Amino acid sequence: MGTKSSTWTSRVLALFLKDFKSELRTRYSLNALVMFAVITLTVVSFSIGMFSLSSKVKSSLFWIVIFFSAMSGLAQVFIKEEEAKTSTLLKLIASSESIFAGKLLYNLVLLLFLEIIIVPLFIIMLGFSILNFWLFLCVLVLGSLGLVCSTTIIAAIVAKASVKGALFAVLSFPILLPLLVTVISGTNLASEGASFSQGLRDLQILFSYTVVMFVASFMLFDFVWEE
Amino acid sequence: MICRAVPPKSGQPDLPRPSYFLICVDIFNQKLDKEELFEYFLHNFMISLEVKNLAKSFGFRKVFEGINFSLKEKESLVVTGKNGSGKSTLLKILAGLLRLSKGEVNINLESQIKNRGERRKLISFASPDLSLYDELTALENLEFLANVQGLDFKPDELNKKLDEVGLKGRGEDQVSSYSSGMKQRLKYVFALLNDPQILLLDEPGSNLDEPGLFLLDNIIAEQKKRGILVLATNDKREIKYGDKILNLDQQGFSFIS
Amino acid sequence: MWWKILMGLLITFVVISVFLMPPPQKELGDISRIFFFHVPVAWVTVLAFLVAMVNSILYLSRKDPVYDLQAAISSQLGFLFAILATVSGAIFAKNAWGSYWNWDPRETSVFILLLIYGAYLALRSAIEAEDRKANLSAVYSILAFITVPFLVFVVPRVFQSLHPTDSIVNSQIKIQMPPLVLLVFLSSLLGFSLLFVWIYNLEIKVTILHKKIKGSLTIK
Repeated sequence: MGTKSSTWTSRVLALFLKDFKSELRTRYSLNALVMFAVITLTVVSFSIGMFSLSSKVKSSLFWIVIFFSAMSGLAQVFIKEEEAKTSTLLKLIASSESIFAGKLLYNLVLLLFLEIIIVPLFIIMLGFSILNFWLFLCVLVLGSLGLVCSTTIIAAIVAKASVKGALFAVLSFPILLPLLVTVISGTNLASEGASFSQGLRDLQILFSYTVVMFVASFMLFDFVWEE
Repeated sequence: MICRAVPPKSGQPDLPRPSYFLICVDIFNQKLDKEELFEYFLHNFMISLEVKNLAKSFGFRKVFEGINFSLKEKESLVVTGKNGSGKSTLLKILAGLLRLSKGEVNINLESQIKNRGERRKLISFASPDLSLYDELTALENLEFLANVQGLDFKPDELNKKLDEVGLKGRGEDQVSSYSSGMKQRLKYVFALLNDPQILLLDEPGSNLDEPGLFLLDNIIAEQKKRGILVLATNDKREIKYGDKILNLDQQGFSFIS
Repeated sequence: MWWKILMGLLITFVVISVFLMPPPQKELGDISRIFFFHVPVAWVTVLAFLVAMVNSILYLSRKDPVYDLQAAISSQLGFLFAILATVSGAIFAKNAWGSYWNWDPRETSVFILLLIYGAYLALRSAIEAEDRKANLSAVYSILAFITVPFLVFVVPRVFQSLHPTDSIVNSQIKIQMPPLVLLVFLSSLLGFSLLFVWIYNLEIKVTILHKKIKGSLTIK
């Protein structure tokens, strides 16, 4: 006989760990994500060649690579549940809030892992010099958090559509625009060596964006998840 | 502390019927929190399932309407009908997987349970539309399912459950290596993990061989002792499991005593 | 009924006076006449977005398919008006500043609205089941609306540095408009808004009738 003991966090963690374990075994999203990012990076680096670029352009390119890689890999978290018919299972055992939190956490970890690979590669391949590394890191982490907060619910939406194709990118782009603009600006500032206080404005915008999108997604997720 | 006018369980004639005053005292003495309170009610009161005027349409396509029935503890219902008559749909609505279009589905445990989380704890569902995770092993699946539901099982307890359904020694194998019959058995382990008060089975005999059907028989017998069973099937042999039969084609009711 | 007549009169008035009166901006000459069409059309795009969002919220809280229908129609109209706004803006830009597209903050905002409408309509066409379509597109509509304040706040900051083109557009609004110009502008604004309302209502009635004829009759 099982005894009942659980908190909301332990349930969310259980959901996250399941996805994590599943991903380690199949490496389905991970491969797509990393390969896509590396290929895009190579293409960019190749086409630029010896040409010298301003840090503004390099910041933009960096986030373009991240954006498209995210578009190629972050929707899988829900699509694979729908296709494998395991979403019924989840609906029976967990509340929509915990599922949302679990998937969000998973996407965040996935994205951060991707960035750990891409950042060094980008710095090397494009000669991207970052003078204020801590600012860059803050912008990166906060930006990633914001990206995941807004795209997780869109991934859930796309998983329920019959024709998926480029739908995820099409739906995410307008929503992510404020984030992309701010994050490119922040990265540029960090690259040029601006002080933390100068970058504060961008960080504030990122923070408020993340909070707003998280709350909105959290509240709206139920309508997407429940049939 | 909730002290309401409550009809206590009167299933066992040799036990005295406690007054609700004593129930309040009991609860107060045990200093139960919300979850434990739920457990308390679960063990002391009868569960009932009431469906009133249920209708379901997908957009403009009507699947069924005017479904009425009520089930008390230890009662079972078999839902039959042609393919596409809405058997699976009805079960999914009862399981809370689909929204109903009209009507009500009430689960009562002394009083109506409206909280979705609590309803989830009472209900279990097994169906061909449900799959477990292929890339995980059976044990990993069960551990995950137990953890998310807040159930604590040691690995040997889970292994024992696998033995009981005839999957002895297959716990470490990935579910992708299972045959469809084995997957069906694993689904039953999942369904019974939380000792459901209401068990919903959609096409339960599918993919099962003779021993599997025998196992199903046992599972159903156990459930009928514990709570409510609703079964959807096309198989004539399974009709015998129902105290009541709902035929969705004729929207009529027949009773089998 | 009366407002349809009013709308007809207003738009006729606007069309005639736009071409007969002296151009509102002397420096730019005749091209500035587009101002009387471009700005109201852009305004209607925003109005349509608001209507779509309100309908989406109503649908999610009341689950009545009529609200979903209204949201969809409002978005379709908004999409149309967004195209008109973008194109008229591009024509103006070409004549006033030399190139069709400048990433001027106002232009960018209208273009982004266009993208949002496009995404919304793409989502609707990607889903078959009616109730899923309604739920998911309502959620998306609300999400998109929530990002708009951020866009308004963030976009001007970035594109400011590129081109002080906005000053010309702004000067027409901030400086006191001569009475005639003001009159024509407001009439155009009201006229186009009423036009939107009229087409919106018509489309809804037609779609409902269409559904009734097809035999699918659960609309209340």
